[in-house]
Amino acid sequence: MAGSIAWNETSIAIAGVKLHLARAGKGRPLVVLHHDTGTLDRLPFYDALAERFDVLVPHHPGYGKSERPQWLRHPRDIAVMYRWLLSELDVALPVLVGLGFGGWVAAEMATASPRDVGALALVGAMGVKPPQGDILDQALMSYMDYVKAGFHQQSAMDSVYGAEPSTDQLVEWDVCREMSFRIAWKPYMYSQTLPHLLGGVKAKALVVHGDDDRVVPRSAAEVYAKGLANAKLEIVKGCGHYVEMEKPKELAALVTALAGGN
Amino acid sequence: MHLMYFTEQPMSAYDSKKGLDFGATALMFSNSNFDPVAGSRLYNEYIEQYKLAEKVNFDGIMLNEHHNAPFCMQAKANVFAAVLAAVTERVKIVMLGNPLPLADNPLRLAEELAMIDMISRGRLVSGFVRGGGQEQLATGVNPAYNRERFEEAHDLIVRAWTQPGPFRFEGTHYQHRVVNPWAVPLQKPYPRVWIPGVVSRETIIWAAQQRYPYIALNTSIEATKKIWETYEQAAQEVGYTSGPENRGYLQRVHVAETEEKAVANARQFMWMQGEFTGLAHPVWSSPSGYFSPTQRRSFVEFATGRAVSPRGRPDFQQQLNDMQIIAGTPKTVIPKLRRILEETRPGIMALWANDGTVSHEDSKTCIRLLGEEVLPALRETGAKLGLNSPFDNNAPVGIKYSTDLRKPAAAAS
Repeated sequence: MAGSIAWNETSIAIAGVKLHLARAGKGRPLVVLHHDTGTLDRLPFYDALAERFDVLVPHHPGYGKSERPQWLRHPRDIAVMYRWLLSELDVALPVLVGLGFGGWVAAEMATASPRDVGALALVGAMGVKPPQGDILDQALMSYMDYVKAGFHQQSAMDSVYGAEPSTDQLVEWDVCREMSFRIAWKPYMYSQTLPHLLGGVKAKALVVHGDDDRVVPRSAAEVYAKGLANAKLEIVKGCGHYVEMEKPKELAALVTALAGGN
Repeated sequence: MHLMYFTEQPMSAYDSKKGLDFGATALMFSNSNFDPVAGSRLYNEYIEQYKLAEKVNFDGIMLNEHHNAPFCMQAKANVFAAVLAAVTERVKIVMLGNPLPLADNPLRLAEELAMIDMISRGRLVSGFVRGGGQEQLATGVNPAYNRERFEEAHDLIVRAWTQPGPFRFEGTHYQHRVVNPWAVPLQKPYPRVWIPGVVSRETIIWAAQQRYPYIALNTSIEATKKIWETYEQAAQEVGYTSGPENRGYLQRVHVAETEEKAVANARQFMWMQGEFTGLAHPVWSSPSGYFSPTQRRSFVEFATGRAVSPRGRPDFQQQLNDMQIIAGTPKTVIPKLRRILEETRPGIMALWANDGTVSHEDSKTCIRLLGEEVLPALRETGAKLGLNSPFDNNAPVGIKYSTDLRKPAAAAS
């Protein structure tokens, strides 16, 4: 399956900032919002989704191949930029799939325009203060240790990034980390207002959490599941924070079950 | 020359083995290892040592600030500056310096510094620093805006000192609807500002653009010369020629009555394994966004152990050989210090004399010998080499107060 999908890469100016966008597949529009560690260009999870959906994978402003807006101060600003992007592309009722930090962005997008959400999948989502435990502080860890903490199994990390991630990859993680600090330093990786706004989202929602997620405590997933009007909580066994990299088929199946596809 | 005494104020009364076992003692090494009884004793010993430094003719006492670490007990340099303002009479109180980005309210710093200047009857030198990476993490301040906050806080403080209030300040990181502090500095236009640093090229250039002296912190002779080249180039670009009054140098030097004792005590400069600012975890000392983007690739390689520290980690003997550390009797250290002066040509010289577990008595002996025997020799050399300090030359406090600027080449033509 991986590799057979043709991805189209473009750059689109939003708010004066060039955003990188990869797009493939046909069907219901589905936007994947990546982690605070950026994303690889290709992942089996993306390909699996592109079999059934019109998949859009933007790089967050300031991450990966997207330019950094010096003025950007909060993940909510990213959400608004993405609403602008989708408007430019004439994409309505998107399925939003938010991974980790991208889950926060997805939740902000959903709460800002609750009627313009096809379905919402939040996977190990940051963005709310966990009632128990804390979101792992990457400021105190090396790049590799932070990513390592997101995998249940080292072998899964090795198969995605290689046993020795390249220096280019380390540089990319550093760029991502700097951007995350710029916009989510304090309070670290959550919003104090978002939990109060979740109730407006009536779209079908799925909150997914790896049972060995050491980056975001499960209690954060429970806040989302309780706060969203129409949400189910799904725990993925034998899995860490990076559900899409560790259990790509399972997550693609969950998203397809949620949103149907073409 | 302006000759200053410096110590990091080490909190050495803890189980150093625990620190070494933990690894990086700056930031996350538990404060349960801190003993306030020893802390109280040490603070008071340091005050006594500073008073002695004044008595034996040092021109200034250099203070600094760090957080969450045993290598420096000053969590707030302004507290010690306030103490010195009251218990000393002549020495300059040289703060190198207040970490501006850590301040969420720079006006409060402006007020504290103004009070110190008035209480000391105009003896304050108000240096500013960016603060190390650990300091940002220890105080919850965003490292990614460190340099922006540094420059903006500086501008706010200088305006608060020089522009009659009330006025409004609307910056990117600081917004103050009413700026009108009633405490303003005694020295006019404002106390001298000196900028210490180690490696950051941007800071050297910024200091030169402000016409603030740059104090090189125990950098190698070669690195120091490069710093002056960078400084001079930036100075030329804004229309002046830099000289010794723009240059400061910090040197580690311990003096005792015998060579053996001096060398034994100087080993204490290595008590943090020779790390300049405690045992630093690279990710904590340089959080993402804190360092220059031009250094990103080399930094990530260093942080993951794929490259050696850009500063290296020479052992004690190597540091003695390279005169990064100088130790001996006054007779043997004087020629070495002269050589440092000849090579680095500073108008401001700080002597970092005691570190680690050097006893109170030995610290005092060191200060006395420096004052009585070493300082006169350095003054003589400084005079011969024309190493005038900003005070000797009555140098302008900052670029705005310069009366000798050349027009930039482009504008002149």
